[in-house]
Amino acid sequence: MKEKEQAGGGNWLCGRCDRPLELCKVQVTYLGSVFSLDLLKCPGCGAVVVTEEIAAGKMAEAEQILEDK
Amino acid sequence: MDQKSWRELENRCIQEEAPPCTARCPIHVDVRTFLRKAAAGDWDRAAQVLAAAMPFPGILGRICDHPCEQVCRRGEAGGAISIGELERAVVKRGDITRRRAPLPQKEQRVAVVGSGLSGLTAALDLRLKGYGVTLFEPGDQLGSALWHLLPGQIIEAETAVLETLGVTVRLHELIDGGSRLKVFDAVYLGLDSGAEPPLVPPASGLFIGGEPFRGYSPISAVAEGRRAAVSIDRYLQKVSAAAGREREGPYESRLYTSLESIPPRTALPMEHPESGYSDEEARTEAGRCIQCECMECVKNCLFLERFKAYPKQYVRQISNDATVVLGAHGATRRLVNSCSLCGLCAATCPNDLSMAQVCMEGRRSLVGRGKMPASAHEFALEDMASAMGQRAAMACHEPGKEVSRFVFFPGCQLSGVYPEHVFSVYALLRGNLGGGTGLMLRCCGVPAKWAARDGLFEEAIRAVEHDWNSLGQPVLIVACPTCYRIFKERLPQVELVSLWHTLAGISEQSGPRQSPLARRLAVHDPCTARHETGMQDAVRSLLARRGCTLEELSLSRTETECCGYGGLMSTANPPLARDVAARRARLSETDYVTYCAMCRNALAVEGKRVLHVLDVLFSTPETDAAARRPCGWSERRENRYRLKERLVGSLWGGSRRTMEAYESVLLDIPDEVMERMEERRILREDVQKVIYHAETGRDRFVNPESGRSLASFTLGHVTYWVEYSYEGSAFRIHNAYSHRMEIGDSSGLKVWGSE
Repeated sequence: MKEKEQAGGGNWLCGRCDRPLELCKVQVTYLGSVFSLDLLKCPGCGAVVVTEEIAAGKMAEAEQILEDK
Repeated sequence: MDQKSWRELENRCIQEEAPPCTARCPIHVDVRTFLRKAAAGDWDRAAQVLAAAMPFPGILGRICDHPCEQVCRRGEAGGAISIGELERAVVKRGDITRRRAPLPQKEQRVAVVGSGLSGLTAALDLRLKGYGVTLFEPGDQLGSALWHLLPGQIIEAETAVLETLGVTVRLHELIDGGSRLKVFDAVYLGLDSGAEPPLVPPASGLFIGGEPFRGYSPISAVAEGRRAAVSIDRYLQKVSAAAGREREGPYESRLYTSLESIPPRTALPMEHPESGYSDEEARTEAGRCIQCECMECVKNCLFLERFKAYPKQYVRQISNDATVVLGAHGATRRLVNSCSLCGLCAATCPNDLSMAQVCMEGRRSLVGRGKMPASAHEFALEDMASAMGQRAAMACHEPGKEVSRFVFFPGCQLSGVYPEHVFSVYALLRGNLGGGTGLMLRCCGVPAKWAARDGLFEEAIRAVEHDWNSLGQPVLIVACPTCYRIFKERLPQVELVSLWHTLAGISEQSGPRQSPLARRLAVHDPCTARHETGMQDAVRSLLARRGCTLEELSLSRTETECCGYGGLMSTANPPLARDVAARRARLSETDYVTYCAMCRNALAVEGKRVLHVLDVLFSTPETDAAARRPCGWSERRENRYRLKERLVGSLWGGSRRTMEAYESVLLDIPDEVMERMEERRILREDVQKVIYHAETGRDRFVNPESGRSLASFTLGHVTYWVEYSYEGSAFRIHNAYSHRMEIGDSSGLKVWGSE
């Protein structure tokens, strides 16, 4: 799964730093709860990519769970 | 809302009321289940239903005088079910034995005098309640006059349970003078045989009952014994003799069961009446039971059906959630937010219970407690804000006039879906109505009302009132049935007339100007016009004058169905809303015609050929308006902006608005991407903003192989991502998606582990 994400999202370069992205643990927040997700991040400026797979998958799922809580 | 009001709503739903047969039965046998099991040939389970209510099923099941049959609803559709005969068939076939154990032994002792059915029942019931029971019978066997009705071995087998459970049986005991009874704490005299009552001195603790043999009803005799046992128990426990016993004997059920879709079926005669029903005959007869229930509202509402229960349970669930401090379960939130608030349930309910009212209370409670999920309504509220904003809203007198006798209020959705019709209608009104016809573009505020955002709704209403005042309080000509209803409720001082009335009046005066259409159309009444008979008639008359032959759908006028947009069902539960629209679209093969822009849109999304009344009046026949594709969120919003620009530019000579910088981003969006964006509630202007932000600030990711860029921008609570490439003249959009989660831990509250 992680490898696939890396492969899928790994072609992106940071537009500002022109560097390849690395998979990192990144904290995300919703409705006062903080999660940590493996996301692609620019090692230079720290900009983070949320792929469609993550947005429509894990994030959407967690949003639903938190809203239902 | 307080507990009492919630209970009052809950009690209006009668789905859990007993069917008439059970209510009429003096001991409330669950006849409906009994018949269902018998119809399936499940004799044991059917017999157990009898044994659960009957003290001596082997006796009563054979001689029950079945008063239930008098009230059987099947009686009005082919003849009452032969419940009595079926009892006999089942006790012969099924297992009627029942394991029963008395409650822990109590100290008090009760004498039961007489062993007819009432005495036997009283003795058994009191023993099961834990009392020491002595049964006195003057004859030489238990059962008294039952011996005239049934073979002895059945009576003996059935009454043997008494001694097994510890009842002391005294045969040949003629009670005379009552001295023998002094040792008992209570006495029951069961006078089933109609014999002269023995001489028992009046005393406290004496209970008399039974069923005289003349006009003897076995089931009533059992009920008498049971009632006596309850009274004696309460007497000995020193609790109220009467409380909570209103429905102990036969009563009238409140259950309503429609026979509308029940074809009559008569009973088949028995082939051998002397030996009762055969297996097959019993199954067939039991299968005639219509399994009485109400479900009137659920039958016509996909929302009520999908949540798999009925209003009584829903009210219980929603009120528990609303009145418990830490309530608010996800399931309840989905329930209250999925209702279209269309009111069909109240229109079909025998007791006018409105799930719209219940769900609105539930929503209000969620909003009040800060438990309403933003995702349910935020998008619609934002759309409403845009329709009320400067780019879309306006209020002006007719060009060249300084007063308005009328003002046309098309509503935000008609302006969004049919800007060209709004333009034409306004021209027609100006040409035909004297005294000045102004124009007001804005939203009536209904999304805020549906979202239970009372403050926002109030603001929207006040804004309409303000515009209306500024135009000198003219007669408001309203096109949208929802706006009409909102103003009728909230702005009683405003003189309202529906556009359809106005147009019908104009068409009458001016006579036919166009050649008749000769088209057959099925009318879909919008749910917000449910109680507006005048508006429904005006639309029909307009269409008829235009030469259309009209077809009425099976659910129309006061019983019309929602298209799935109402109550914000479409933003809170999109899949359900689509199913609702699809089901509505299937009611007839004929092209539909409606007078709500959102109904037209929702039905068209499901591929239904459907016209708006204004299409009939203003579209040229060459354009197949019924096949026009539906109008998405982005398009509606942009149409509203453009409508105002066009009107201001062409009628009031206004200058062009200065464009926002992001509007210079030209987009090229393939259909399939646009469809995905609609589903994900992503607007074209959101995409423009993302790209504008990325291209001016270089905040984007690039893929050197494909040459595409990926960028995001957060607007309000939502972060939008767009994958695009620049194709020389415009930005081609390859994908767009969004999320509500924020990157980073701005709150620093609870930290959840990674999955």
